Amino acid sequence: MSKINPEDLNRIGDKIKRTMLLREGSCRMKIIVHMGTCGIAAGARKVMKALMDEIEKGDSKDVLLTISSCAGLCSSEPMITIEEKDKPAVKYVELTAEKAQKIFAEHVLGGKIVSEYALAAGSERTL
Amino acid sequence: MPHITNVMICTCTNCISNGALDIRDSLEAEIKKKELQDDVLVVPTGASGLCVNGPILMVQPEGIFYQKLKGKDIPNLVEEHFLKGRPVKSLMYVPPGEEGPIPELRSIPFFKDQRLIALRNRGLIDPDKIDEYIARDGYKALAKAVTSMSQEEVIKEMSDSGLRGRGGAGFPTGRKWESRRKDPRTPKYVVCNADEGDPGAFMDRSIVEADPHSVIEGMAIGAYAVGASSGYVYLRMEYPLAVKRIQLAIEQAREYGLLGKDIFGSGFDFDLQVFKGAGAFVCGETTALVASIEGKIPEPRQRPPRTTLWNKPVVINNVETWANVPVIINWGAKWFAEIGTEKCKGTKVFSLAGNINNAGLVEVPMGISLREIVYNIGGGIPKNKEFKAVQTGGPSGGFLPASLLDLPVDYEQLDEAGSMMGSGGMVVMDENVCMVQMAKYFVEFTNDESCGKCTSCRDGSLALLDILDRMCKGEGKEGDVELLEELGQAIKDSSLCGLGDSLPNPVLSSMKHFKDEFKAHVDEKRCPAGSCKALITFDIDKEKCIGCRLCAKNCPKDAISGEAKEVHTIDQSKCIKCGVCLDACKVDAVLVA
Repeated sequence: MSKINPEDLNRIGDKIKRTMLLREGSCRMKIIVHMGTCGIAAGARKVMKALMDEIEKGDSKDVLLTISSCAGLCSSEPMITIEEKDKPAVKYVELTAEKAQKIFAEHVLGGKIVSEYALAAGSERTL
Repeated sequence: MPHITNVMICTCTNCISNGALDIRDSLEAEIKKKELQDDVLVVPTGASGLCVNGPILMVQPEGIFYQKLKGKDIPNLVEEHFLKGRPVKSLMYVPPGEEGPIPELRSIPFFKDQRLIALRNRGLIDPDKIDEYIARDGYKALAKAVTSMSQEEVIKEMSDSGLRGRGGAGFPTGRKWESRRKDPRTPKYVVCNADEGDPGAFMDRSIVEADPHSVIEGMAIGAYAVGASSGYVYLRMEYPLAVKRIQLAIEQAREYGLLGKDIFGSGFDFDLQVFKGAGAFVCGETTALVASIEGKIPEPRQRPPRTTLWNKPVVINNVETWANVPVIINWGAKWFAEIGTEKCKGTKVFSLAGNINNAGLVEVPMGISLREIVYNIGGGIPKNKEFKAVQTGGPSGGFLPASLLDLPVDYEQLDEAGSMMGSGGMVVMDENVCMVQMAKYFVEFTNDESCGKCTSCRDGSLALLDILDRMCKGEGKEGDVELLEELGQAIKDSSLCGLGDSLPNPVLSSMKHFKDEFKAHVDEKRCPAGSCKALITFDIDKEKCIGCRLCAKNCPKDAISGEAKEVHTIDQSKCIKCGVCLDACKVDAVLVA
């Protein structure tokens, strides 16, 4: 007896898309910390910790903090990507805990991109 | 086939009052006029939140925002962005408080020429959440294969796509699968070779860490195609994060029934386990890898026509090969075969390391030139130094000089040039790198990793090392250069496995392209790159020295003397030739001779 049918994939996918794509979910923003070996070696855990503390401090329930792996530009790690509803995603590079705090205050809470740490906006060409 | 580009146009009341419907109509007309209707789809959406700047367009998947559009902007926009792929800056959204738009990701050289197939989910999904993989069409290819395709059809799709083994040898994947499918012996196995060991290579690790399910799905499809019911991921223990992530991914796939019995109700059973290698370089060699799984000493064996595991048929493919499989099933062989060159289809992942500004992981279409990778994507050499060589294919590969920078990257072309594709390590070297030292470094590595079975590899590498070491110390003898060549060829001719066969490559290829440098070490006892310590001395240029004492302060041996504002001198008996003074000097007054 099989556990899964091909149609189930759409059901599972649609459900998670709500949080991934921020369309219908309750989250306003999604912060992705790039935690591949390269990111972690460069200090991604400290960035992660700083962001967790900021979210807890401000009780920011509409901000989703999640991880992903290497974003490709290993020499500029630690990196984060901030996705905001209906706006191009912004990638920040060469971060520290302090820079992450500033980005949280100005971009996540204040809605203003911190251009001095930002690499670019948008996403890569896939397929 | 889905559209390549989706254009979301906001049709909220606000935007409509700003003329969004007219914009939509002229967009559609213009797209048709340029015959782009199969590639670009216009989708009306709800309020974007930016509608004060309406009408608003968002172009996906690039995520580019255009604002305050007028009918007259549309023909130019369609031509520039959708036809020529150049987003129109002047129409882009400017974030509040910014003076101009921050750069678009795809306008940055590092990202511009990359095309992600094996790395399609990098930076986008949480590798620990199977649902996020599924949301990006994950496991749909497996569902399609097992419920609607025969084994032969799956294999035909692989053959037609032109996919070749990404571990380095470039064997056609479809042909490999077909031979195992026809083998009557059962059970059959599939193995993922993730025993990545080349210095400076980290492609496999990154794929497994970023997207473990793409490998699992690819293996399940391969298993279905050849009739295998179990598989191994051979991953080295030195990659703890990759091991953790793929183990978790396997558990999650089992929980959903994507691994296990009767997958998608098709009657196909398949399960997978991780085999942790101890990190011996030779285990990446197929026959040694199999021996390692069987619990034997991982020594390469005489290669049978077809490698077996427990005397049964086995398909062994590299991480990147497996990660490509689901995409080919989903998008079709024809789509895949349009990417790349005539003989090499698709993309290749490279790890870019060494003296390069943008070190990292890049995925590019086959056939791109080395120059594009090094200078456009890699951003060139740090401190504006000269490019000297690039090594492809790890310790088994060779060094390619600046004159070969326009070489298109594919299996055959790199082979012909005396290097190899390998699994995708790419180490860039600048003008200060001594090729004799580099050759020595890689021979040291292979000598250390040689399993010891063949004399030619075990002792031959040691003999090579002796000669190279002598050259670096300024003790090179007449005839050494010729001896290196002769010995290298002998090792090549008489070693059993790929490791021995390719270990002289760094020596032989540098002989081919950098022979003068070897000769200078022997004949003139001179290191042209200024790197071999025994052959260089540091001195201070009396004309240039400004007496700032920076070099003296930084010297770890207090070998530099001289008062402030007076010319300094280096005490050669104390100098250890560490080069700290060279880096410290701001006026280029330190000379290397």
